[in-house]
Amino acid sequence: MTAMSFVFIPFTFIFNDVASIYVYLQIMLALLILWIIFKKKDPNGKCKLTQEEEAELISKWQPFPLVKPAPKSHRGYDKRVTEGKIGKYINVNGINCLNLSSHDFLGLNEEKIIESSAIESIRKYGIGSCGPRGFFGTVDVHLELEERLAKFMDLEEAVVYAYGFSTISSAIPAYAKRGDVIFVDEEVNFAIQKGLDASRSEIKYFKHNDMKDLEELLLKQAQLDSKNTKKAARTRRFLVIEGIYMKTGRLCNLPELVSLSKKYKLRIFVDESISFGTLGKNGKGVTEHFNIPVTDVDLIMTSLEMAAASVGGFCVGSSFIVEHQRLSGLGYCFSASLPPLLTTAAIKALDILENRHELIDELQNVCCTFHQYLLKSDIIMNCFTLIGDDISPIKHLRLRNNGNNVQDLGSIISKCEHMNLAITDTAYLDIEKKTPIPSIKLAINRLLTNDDLIRVINILEKAVC
Amino acid sequence: MTLNNISSNETAKNIKIKKRITNGIINEDKNGLSNCETAKSCPKPILNGTVPKNKKEGSSKVALFTAMKTYVKFHILMFLDYINQIFSRKVVPEKQRKLPTQNGTAHNVKVSKESFEQPALHTALMTYLGFYILMFLGYINQFFFAPKVAREKNREGYVPLYDNFEKFYLWYVYRRVRDCWNRPITSVPGAMVTVKERVTPDYGWTFVFTGREIPSLNLGSYNYLGFAESHSKCADDSIDTLHKYGWATCSSRHELGTNNLHVELEQLTARFLGVEAAITFGMGFATNSLNLPTLVSDGCLVMSDEKNHASLILGLRLSGALIRVFKHNNMKHLEKLLREAIVNGQPKTGKPWEKILIVVEGVYSMEGSIVKLPEVIALKKMYKAYLYVDEAHSIGALGPHGRGVVDYWGCDPQDIDVFMGTFTKSFGSAGGYIAGSKELIDHIRVHSHAACYASSMSPPVAQQIITSMKIIMGEDGTNEGINRIRQLKHNTRYFRKRLHQMGVIIYGNEDSPVVPLLVYLFSKIGGVVRGLAARKIATVGVGFPATPLMEGRIRFCLSAAHTKEQLDYALEQIDDIANELGLKYSQKPRCPRPIIYGSDDDLDATD
Ligand SMILES: Cc1ncc(COP(=O)(O)O)c(C=O)c1O
Repeated sequence: MTAMSFVFIPFTFIFNDVASIYVYLQIMLALLILWIIFKKKDPNGKCKLTQEEEAELISKWQPFPLVKPAPKSHRGYDKRVTEGKIGKYINVNGINCLNLSSHDFLGLNEEKIIESSAIESIRKYGIGSCGPRGFFGTVDVHLELEERLAKFMDLEEAVVYAYGFSTISSAIPAYAKRGDVIFVDEEVNFAIQKGLDASRSEIKYFKHNDMKDLEELLLKQAQLDSKNTKKAARTRRFLVIEGIYMKTGRLCNLPELVSLSKKYKLRIFVDESISFGTLGKNGKGVTEHFNIPVTDVDLIMTSLEMAAASVGGFCVGSSFIVEHQRLSGLGYCFSASLPPLLTTAAIKALDILENRHELIDELQNVCCTFHQYLLKSDIIMNCFTLIGDDISPIKHLRLRNNGNNVQDLGSIISKCEHMNLAITDTAYLDIEKKTPIPSIKLAINRLLTNDDLIRVINILEKAVC
Repeated sequence: MTLNNISSNETAKNIKIKKRITNGIINEDKNGLSNCETAKSCPKPILNGTVPKNKKEGSSKVALFTAMKTYVKFHILMFLDYINQIFSRKVVPEKQRKLPTQNGTAHNVKVSKESFEQPALHTALMTYLGFYILMFLGYINQFFFAPKVAREKNREGYVPLYDNFEKFYLWYVYRRVRDCWNRPITSVPGAMVTVKERVTPDYGWTFVFTGREIPSLNLGSYNYLGFAESHSKCADDSIDTLHKYGWATCSSRHELGTNNLHVELEQLTARFLGVEAAITFGMGFATNSLNLPTLVSDGCLVMSDEKNHASLILGLRLSGALIRVFKHNNMKHLEKLLREAIVNGQPKTGKPWEKILIVVEGVYSMEGSIVKLPEVIALKKMYKAYLYVDEAHSIGALGPHGRGVVDYWGCDPQDIDVFMGTFTKSFGSAGGYIAGSKELIDHIRVHSHAACYASSMSPPVAQQIITSMKIIMGEDGTNEGINRIRQLKHNTRYFRKRLHQMGVIIYGNEDSPVVPLLVYLFSKIGGVVRGLAARKIATVGVGFPATPLMEGRIRFCLSAAHTKEQLDYALEQIDDIANELGLKYSQKPRCPRPIIYGSDDDLDATD
């Protein structure tokens, strides 16, 4: 009992009425003891089985097999193996192809300067960082990258993660918890979907880029809130969108989304994985593209595995928001930090972004030109619908579903491969929130010349005939 | 779980002691002093009884009320924890039991020499008392010191983003030991590591670099086999690969992100582990969290060890399966839960479970214990469950051939359904793998979230693993791999024995290269980490909430790269600090003989 009185000392500082708190705790203890006794004596029907009966049940139980037999043929079985460097060209299964499949939009994979600094980095830091950020995994290059990213985006702070997917799926549940409400575009990518699952918040999907639908949902929520103001005062509200949607290649309607968010007090989280380095005059992404103050969005989450041509990801925003992830971002705290060589590669990529704005211009030109070429080709348009905005470096070709024109995407892709063009259909799992429509995903690389683009169109035309 | 890695510090009582050892290291220790002065007579300006101006949230009464609420809430939690501790203290460590035999074939019985010594009762009491004082000081503190943190701008009328208690804990408790984590390094995390010195001008709110770089003995990185190197065969090979393959694939495995290095790495990994097939991913954390959902789902049951890593817990949560947690490495408890689960079936409906998956780790990174694999396998067979072993810390580091916990116990790899591990630790690289039967790996190839959506492994990173794995396997034609494994084992035994002899309490298995040294009191975590840092030894401390409140600890990670001389230096310094701070809690008899490095009397015949 002396132990107990030690424990309660601090209470006496707060409460004048020591006696009452003591009584309260005594009751709690009594209840606890009662509960323990009660629990033991509870005659639970099932627990009364004898040893033999239990043994019989156990021997009778047969589990399902751990895994169901996998399909005989699937893209997951490394059917298309590349070799060597990935850049404007890619070697797939021994065939040298023009590359319209990697997300290296700016063609930074071919930059010698990045390569040489990555090598220097290996000579200084080795390969792995051998520890999470908290435990001697913070290398000075991580701090440099974070600082540079924040400066590049004109924001206060950035955190770097070791993996693009985990950046996005860790950032969301660091803030959104059970009881919160998240409004989400129904076409968001899988990493966001997993983040939403982990948050356990209430998720409300609105139709893809449909502002009316979103506003309706918000109005409904406002009505709900007015009924229960106490609960509403505790319910955080978030809006999660993508700058350019991976699954459709369309830009979000940011101006409208921002004004709705201000009106209904939502915090906006934007996944800028594709738009970072590709949109806006300086490649700062969708906020720059729409000329919206970057502080109007609360958090920007980005993968470094696309335009920045490295590995990992980062979140950037005000310190108030971002710093929280250093203790609450699961993928940040509990995983080894990004290998220093890849961090250095990302820093160099940022150097290039900062010093050579023309790259972004060039990329946007190639994207728009190619978009026009696709639209102009009757053969392609007879067979496919083109999804995506003209400025987007990701374009989807969906098969038109009119009877005899239905072709197997796989055969088109392999035909293209034999004509030295590497393209890929979009990989999806069947557990996506909204069943995706199969499509060919074209990833545009800045290094493609006009001749290349015409060649791509020609090959595509030949492949679909 | 959100307040990871946090621990806390500074009871008024310990400040004197701590001041002695940290003298002149970091100005932080003034922090503690000023705090305790505040409680008596505060020389600081804001002491007029009102709430500081920065507290915008309404009147002082409201602020007081919310503060009190969070404080009381915390105490109730502490109280429950305390009760829990009192009950669990009575649990006697499980004795080695006879293994149930399968088809008459007895397992290779190796006795697990694992220890979790409990401290004397007064240490436990002191720990609680210390924590209460700490919380109380924090509580008082928040009325006098405005938190120097960023405030949210232009978001008036929004629902506050963070929870009050979380803020309180971060600002007034964790802040005091913030300097013990996230210390930046500027070199390879090898046997020695260069730590950037930083000081805090304002008691932990912010840090500035002094520009000095301190070479320290590295007892903090997970560099078990010493493959974190910048000038070695591994680094050379990786640089070659970087020339040939570049550094990023910019695509996922299901799209066009597979190159022949990945194929080679996967075949090699399977061969290394003695299983049919393997698949690799770019991050260890994601390997768990994005693949577990493909194995279990709603209607399945998972038996998860209470000390399992966050990535496993996240993966299991995402899977939708029901999670039952068994006591750490406690096979009796696991068996009891398994029996109950099969007998009772699914809750509510009583339907039989679809599958039962047991999820364990090889070496537990906070406890230093090694899973009792033969017993787990026996249970798994008896109850027809499946077994998932996360070998993040054990692959490379355990077993006479470095093949992990299976190798260590001499079990049959066929008995484990899912092997998982990371390349971050022993291989000095990054990424993770899953290995097992071809059927399993085919399933994962097709359904894995990471294979479909996340980008594939960077080529130089993959090359580092290939080269280091070949060295471990002896395929490079040298004895280097086996020498490293042996060196690590000798280092581990020696270091642990010496600590035992010193009289400090360390947790875990005698063969585990992760060595947690129990310091219990919060204040001592900060004291030891800073004290060792001043003596040029880099370590990490772990405290509440990453560990139970009672069990603040310092963690040493040994490496094959350490020499005996380096360990001797570390031991000498630890002994010094243990005397100064009173860390010699052990009540066990100490070995009177001097410990001889690499003495073979206790090494296995297999070695
Ligand atoms: C048991 C366990 N699993 C997985 C991981 C994550 O691995 P990585 O650091 O490669 O992401 C860790 C790392 O700390 C771990 O300890």
